[in-house]
Amino acid sequence: MTQAPARPAAGEDDVLEVRGLNISFHTPAGEIPAVRDVSFRVRRGETLALVGESGSGKSVTSLGILRLTPKPPFCSISGQVLLRGRDGTMRDLVALPEAEMRGVRGRDAAMIFQEPMTSLNPVHRVGDQIAESIRFHEGLSRRAALGKAADLLDLVGIPDARRRLGAFPHEMSGGMRQRVMIAMALACEPRLLIADEPTTALDVTIQAQILDLLRRLQERTRMAVIFITHNLGVVAEIADRVMVMYTGRVVEQAAVRPLFRAPLMPYTRGLLRSVPRLDFAGLGREKLAAIPGTVPDPLEPPPGCSFGPRCGAFLPGSCDTAIPPLQEALPGHQVRCVRWSALTGEAA
Amino acid sequence: MIPDMTAPLLEVRDLRKWFDGPRPGLFRKRAVVKAVDGVSFDIRHGEVLSLVGESGSGKSTVGRTVLRLARPTAGQIRFAGDDITSLSRDALRPFRQKMQLVFQDPYASLNPKMTVEDIVGAPLEIHAPELSAAARRQRVAETLALVGLLPSHAARYPHEFSGGQRQRLGIARALIMQPQLLIADEPVSALDVSIQAQVVNLLLELKERLGLTILFISHDLAVVGHISDRIAVMYLGRLVEVAPTRALFTMPRHPYTEALLSAVPIPDPTIQRERIMLAGDMPSPLDPPSGCSFRTRCRYALPACAGAVPALREVAPGHLKACIRDDLHLVAPTGLDA
Repeated sequence: MTQAPARPAAGEDDVLEVRGLNISFHTPAGEIPAVRDVSFRVRRGETLALVGESGSGKSVTSLGILRLTPKPPFCSISGQVLLRGRDGTMRDLVALPEAEMRGVRGRDAAMIFQEPMTSLNPVHRVGDQIAESIRFHEGLSRRAALGKAADLLDLVGIPDARRRLGAFPHEMSGGMRQRVMIAMALACEPRLLIADEPTTALDVTIQAQILDLLRRLQERTRMAVIFITHNLGVVAEIADRVMVMYTGRVVEQAAVRPLFRAPLMPYTRGLLRSVPRLDFAGLGREKLAAIPGTVPDPLEPPPGCSFGPRCGAFLPGSCDTAIPPLQEALPGHQVRCVRWSALTGEAA
Repeated sequence: MIPDMTAPLLEVRDLRKWFDGPRPGLFRKRAVVKAVDGVSFDIRHGEVLSLVGESGSGKSTVGRTVLRLARPTAGQIRFAGDDITSLSRDALRPFRQKMQLVFQDPYASLNPKMTVEDIVGAPLEIHAPELSAAARRQRVAETLALVGLLPSHAARYPHEFSGGQRQRLGIARALIMQPQLLIADEPVSALDVSIQAQVVNLLLELKERLGLTILFISHDLAVVGHISDRIAVMYLGRLVEVAPTRALFTMPRHPYTEALLSAVPIPDPTIQRERIMLAGDMPSPLDPPSGCSFRTRCRYALPACAGAVPALREVAPGHLKACIRDDLHLVAPTGLDA
């Protein structure tokens, strides 16, 4: 396997540390390696953005953390997912029995999804859905739990919260439903919130509201956030650090500013260049710098670097021999590209 | 005859499309949803006009009504000078060849049981049934080449293609009858970022090569800013601003456009800007506010805004807005202030 960069021991501030996570799906067509040797950590109060396109493994990584991937024999998971519990100790979720896992989900770590309509139960009132988790984890009475649910709805900016407890999901707009999802996720004050494309299905003005809400809640609770998105604009706005994934592997990881200012991996550069720039709007139609080709078939990966076939800097003999290791190129800036230093020289 | 290139290819006047809403009670009158309520615009030959707005603004309904896939409630649609507003199905057929639609979802809009040849060639069966099988195959192969696919792809099925390639198939199907007007309804919204750029480039390349006129319907302002000559902004069934692209981005004149531009996340973490946060959601189209429908979320609203629906009027050459306040100095996103 690849050589992981030297790693200091988990710090006091780490809420989550993922070490060498591998997740594979077993299909009739063969084994699909969805996540390969993924390692990262998230600190208290920090937002890590997980960026990648369809098939990059970003969503599977997040599902794997909470062990929401399918059960064996359809899917196998290995590596370590260390999450800090209420008592302050780090526990490995991969090794945890399912019964104990249920006590973790929604309490120590919670998750919100892209489509709030499909994640909410259409036949239950939103108040009861929020209260359910509070009653399960904290053993409160229905009445007390509903009281707390009303406070939560108020916290996430739903007007007239007490009356809204009795509403059904279909009676709410998409933005309101996402607020309900956030209220549910925050019900037990988790240390870690995983947000999987939470604003992708929303209009831009509503997206702005939800991003603002998440930011304010994080300031207040100091929770760690893993924010999964393909929208680089959202990343720039919300992330402290960014992890870019491609075909199941981390290909670049850095703090948000260096990543946008000086991306080292050709794939990251390509992604940043392919977004039309707002400040150039209406100034003529230069071709967008699209990345040619498509993501390779996971059952037939190309030899060496999986981005090779689409990469403008591809060098036969160095890029197609072995999977490049993830290297610490600069302090806190990792890249999986054998040519990064040569390319940085060219770009400068 | 050479068409008059300065005349509009498409003229839409006071277009209305109302739908029956739910019945509020057994003996109460059914409510009306005014999805499109008095929309007027032109598209010149070879122009790309974008229709932007959030979900529920009515932008897709405008596209469908212009194509006469939905019957307009009122108003007029003229295509190359001909009034097509109330033409019968048969009378519409020749016009249907000249105006084609590209759909958003390349997964749902292609029949999984049909080969690429049948999908892309389907319009030929209706509009050119006299073509021989060989001639049809030839046309399909040429059209596939046009969108960057291979003739050998004709025998395959949609599931064998990636999302970006499927959208190329959708574009090929729209182009095979050599239309003059392409209505593209969110054609890149379902695609990954890197693929989105490929399809945007393809559309622009085809526009140049084939002299296409495009009505581009989208909620993505970055893509719209790249692709359009002019932009029309919709809110709750009406146009609130129409302007050349650069003017709209640098000097928005309607408070909704200002808020919309301000909400677009910019991929640059060093930018610090004051965001205009719109309160709440778009009002229900079943019960829209009186007067200006944006006034309930507008930070510049005055009591007078509740009075009458503001007219869309020209405030600078080619720049129209529907707002009674002319005293505002609206801001453009950082880096765009004129």
